[in-house]
Amino acid sequence: MNHFIFTVVMALRAVRANRVRSGLTVLGIVIGITSIMLIVSLGDGAKRLILSEIQGLGAETIIVRPGQKPSGPSDFAQTLFSDSIKDRELDLLRKKEFVPDHVASAPVLFVTGTVSYESEVARPTIYGWSAEFMASMMKVKVAGGQLFDEEDIKQSLAVAVIGSEVSQDLFGSEDPIGRAIRINGKNFRVVAHLAPGGGGLFNTNKLVVVPYSTALNYLSSGKHYNEVMVKVSSPEVVDRAVQDITRTLRDAHNITDPDKDDFYIETQQAAIDQIRTILSVLTAFLSAVVAISLLVGGIGVMNVMLVSVTERTKEIGLRKALGARNHDIMMQFLIEAVLLTGIGGAVGIVLGVSFGYIIALVLSSELGVDWAFVLPWKAGFIGLSTSFVVGIVFGLYPARSAAKKSPIEALRYE
Amino acid sequence: MELISLKDVSKVYEADGEPLRAIDGIDLSISDGEFVAILGPSGSGKSTLLQILGLLDPLTSGTYQFCGEDTRGMSDDQLALLRNSRMGFVFQSFHLLARTTVLENVMLPFAYAQVPKKEWEPRARAMIERVGLSHRLTHEPSKLSGGERQRVAIARALVLEPQVIFADEPTGNLDTKSGQSVMDVISSLHREGRTIVLITHDRTLAKHANRAVLIQDGKKQWDGPALQIPDVHISV
Repeated sequence: MNHFIFTVVMALRAVRANRVRSGLTVLGIVIGITSIMLIVSLGDGAKRLILSEIQGLGAETIIVRPGQKPSGPSDFAQTLFSDSIKDRELDLLRKKEFVPDHVASAPVLFVTGTVSYESEVARPTIYGWSAEFMASMMKVKVAGGQLFDEEDIKQSLAVAVIGSEVSQDLFGSEDPIGRAIRINGKNFRVVAHLAPGGGGLFNTNKLVVVPYSTALNYLSSGKHYNEVMVKVSSPEVVDRAVQDITRTLRDAHNITDPDKDDFYIETQQAAIDQIRTILSVLTAFLSAVVAISLLVGGIGVMNVMLVSVTERTKEIGLRKALGARNHDIMMQFLIEAVLLTGIGGAVGIVLGVSFGYIIALVLSSELGVDWAFVLPWKAGFIGLSTSFVVGIVFGLYPARSAAKKSPIEALRYE
Repeated sequence: MELISLKDVSKVYEADGEPLRAIDGIDLSISDGEFVAILGPSGSGKSTLLQILGLLDPLTSGTYQFCGEDTRGMSDDQLALLRNSRMGFVFQSFHLLARTTVLENVMLPFAYAQVPKKEWEPRARAMIERVGLSHRLTHEPSKLSGGERQRVAIARALVLEPQVIFADEPTGNLDTKSGQSVMDVISSLHREGRTIVLITHDRTLAKHANRAVLIQDGKKQWDGPALQIPDVHISV
């Protein structure tokens, strides 16, 4: 052990003796390890953020969509045009005898079109929905007025809740409450407007929400919904409710072959799993890029170690004359290489943590994203061990070539 | 007691595709406590002989017994152990590590020996005092004169108490005065009973020894008391 410390002290001195060269060499490692730190810690942060957003929608929420489950982006259109979920299906899902765990439900209609007030025109995202569902799922704040309720939906009132940007576009600084706007040519009365910045990842600033019944009757050409959100009593009964919903809709549509389902069901768990998958694929891809940069950095270390071995041929000869075994010489240069990459790794970890902290600070204070900085222990461990492994892998060849030098060849070398 | 025994030793190098006999059938026996000068002009093979004696270079043919043990067939590690524990080397160009203090340079052989760490520094200090450089402990070699550097190298060679010191032209890079001080240290080591093998081309230097071996063209020309070296054989 004492011998080891002595060797490390000697190696440290050799690294310091060529400060500029050592510094430039480890730069590649520093960049690689910094990237690893950022990828892991930002990936974790993003995962945490997205999952908390999704879980905000409620783990006890089930979404039923018409058509077949899309297997790619091109399939998604058929969901929009499929007409298998209408009022009849909605009524069935709300019956206790079919779906006992049903607590509340609201269909959603995607309306395309424009909203205008006098000469001002806006192109917001228009939903036929339930204002209560929106409020509970999207964490919106009402800036003024009152959201429409179940009674308004029942009566198909022509009322609208508008986002802050829509309000700004149409009314400027004036109070929008009570004003008559036109959605696709039909008159609606603004009953509430939302405060900016709500909704988390989902941008509610450009949102207009009208009762789904009104949207179905006045704004949609077909008489079907784009999705139905069903809330059940607790997350534990989600699986059972999914089975109940599936059975109810299959019976209603006389479907016996599951492959011929004209609807599909998504739960938050499925969405969470999906996002986890996407993020891990993304992380894996980025890690592959970083691996390349570490490879390049490692080759740089190998190159400098080979130069160092050649420069110190005499020293190697002397050490062998003094009794160093091949193994001792090899360890000496291997320790030196690992020291180089280890220093690079340590600097990379410090930089990675600092950048991660700065990014968290900017995201949370400047952009208002709910992003918490967490010290990435796991990433630090990965970074440090990776830098050691790079040192060993790329130091091995130069160290072996040093160990193989014959003592007199080495002593004679000029 | 016989420390070194060479029997019909040859060393052949390949030079431009031609075999070169650097050492050609030498017999040599050195006993414990002797001070032997190996004398010869440059290119005579005396340095090659030292490398063979110091187990730095394998021989082509013949046998070499060190302390009664045949060194042929020994592994690199066994040879390293012998060099570390039984031999000390002093080279013409000192071979001290740069950016490393006198004390650390002298402690270097401990890095390859089984000596408890707490003994390293006191033993190294004692050797440095032995060569009269206690006031230079924390100096780096670049701050020392040539004679001082060579005395540091001698302290390093001595620190593991070897049985034999191989000194290869130890004064070759020194002025007369520093050279004299280095030879004084070497002579005093011999008086303490240590075996010394001195390689030199300088007959006056060889007279410090009590036995001289003349080498020319890889062959032993003469072997006798250092004070009776015949003039004719040396063509420097």
